[in-house]
Amino acid sequence: MGVNHRMSRRAFCGAGAATVTALTFPLPAFAQSAARVVVIGGGFGGASCARALKQIDPKLQVTLVEPNKTFIACPFSNNVIAGLRSIEQQQFGYDKFSATGVTVVAQAATAVNAAARTIGLADGTSLSYDRLVLSPGIDLRFDALQGYDEAAAAKMPHAWKAGEQTLLLRKQLEAMDDGGLVVIAAPANPFRCPPGPYERACLIAHYLKTKKPRSKLLILDAKDTFSKQRLFQNAWKELYPGMVEWISLSQGGKVNAVDPATNTLITDFGNHTAKVANVIPPQRAGRIATIAGATDNTGWCAIDPVTFESKSVPNIHVIGDACLAGAMPKSAFTANAQAKVCAAAIATLLSGGSPATPKLINTCYSLAAPDYGISVAGVYQPKNGLLADVEGAGGVSPVDVPRDFRAREADYAQAWFATITAEVFG
Amino acid sequence: MKTLSVILGIATIVASGLPVLAASPPPPGAASCSGCHAAGATVTSSISRLYGRDAGEITTAMAGFRDGSLPATVMNRIAKGFSDDELRAIATWLAAQK
Repeated sequence: MGVNHRMSRRAFCGAGAATVTALTFPLPAFAQSAARVVVIGGGFGGASCARALKQIDPKLQVTLVEPNKTFIACPFSNNVIAGLRSIEQQQFGYDKFSATGVTVVAQAATAVNAAARTIGLADGTSLSYDRLVLSPGIDLRFDALQGYDEAAAAKMPHAWKAGEQTLLLRKQLEAMDDGGLVVIAAPANPFRCPPGPYERACLIAHYLKTKKPRSKLLILDAKDTFSKQRLFQNAWKELYPGMVEWISLSQGGKVNAVDPATNTLITDFGNHTAKVANVIPPQRAGRIATIAGATDNTGWCAIDPVTFESKSVPNIHVIGDACLAGAMPKSAFTANAQAKVCAAAIATLLSGGSPATPKLINTCYSLAAPDYGISVAGVYQPKNGLLADVEGAGGVSPVDVPRDFRAREADYAQAWFATITAEVFG
Repeated sequence: MKTLSVILGIATIVASGLPVLAASPPPPGAASCSGCHAAGATVTSSISRLYGRDAGEITTAMAGFRDGSLPATVMNRIAKGFSDDELRAIATWLAAQK
């Protein structure tokens, strides 16, 4: 039933040879000898990896499998929630990919046969691969918090995948009366974008301070510590005094259940009823990773830190939020950096070589206000089967610096987003 | 910042002399740079483009970031993760890119 990729490619090449008589090299022979790499997921990881593979070795047959015509970026989506940015500024397409030589297949991947090295698509067709890259991002775990399922998310948005959920949270904030309580429930580690809930708290507080100054924001946390903690806490005091309160795990912050009918979040220490409730639930690797057999009992994918090849399924590589990358946080910058290292490793493996030991960098900016940026950076290398921090490098922005330093980091945050989206989608 | 602009000033474009080097795989760490520093020439950004810059100037800047003699917001934290040899290899590779 399935249309084999090799068949359809041959049909395409044949048609091309018939109509373009000036071709001087034998296309079908070329196509047969080229190794095939299929990349599932067109976000910062997958789209970067597909392009990098083609740049490193233009002979490779690279296919990007992504059902959505439009990618909606999560970085800077907290600005959309706070009314500082439009959702359109978060949207990117794949129309430039044909010029890169990457074939985009606008289908969802639904099956992986690791033994046969094929994947199945939603339309019943299949693709063969020599190497498969999974960059599926996250799935929200709708089984982790009692009462929090997809229907509940329509009332208590997670807004942890950018798009309709982002706009829903924004609309709820806009509809709220001054003096209302906004609650953010933050999950335990690991999860996508570790500083994200706290940047969100800042930017929602920025909106409230501007439009609804008698309102309060409460963060209920399943952790006792979090990314850029001192910088965020200082920013809350400095920029939004009396408005933001953080309740840690040991203070009873862990949300165990929710009641969407009453917008109530339930902890061991009591109930909190919110006007606007943003519930960021626990997460796991995107579903196709589990279908492929690449997830372990944590719900994430263990990988080789040199090649990003799955520790459980050969010839399948996992990058971005879905993989367990040791000290590297789940960020867009990380996904892009891993994508380029993974692409180089795959090209080397396909040519019979042995990939060199890499080093990787992550840099994550957060905005505490539109002109107040803070960052965390790290340099990583393989160690004991994981990616470990290079000692002495990395860390967060300094605590005691003048505001123009924060303004420069806010400017660099914008510049980073402009660059990475142009590099990946432009 | 003025010092940095001078150090990372427009370098002579590396022309056709190094095609093999330009196509060679990036040394450890180098592939991450284009997360912030655009590889493509079309991006307008306050973060400088590094491809085609003079290798010596990149190495000098990174050494300055690492020892604190050049002011930085984040490059000081990143430069500390690389040895002299690694920085030289990264700079040479960046310089060879178009």
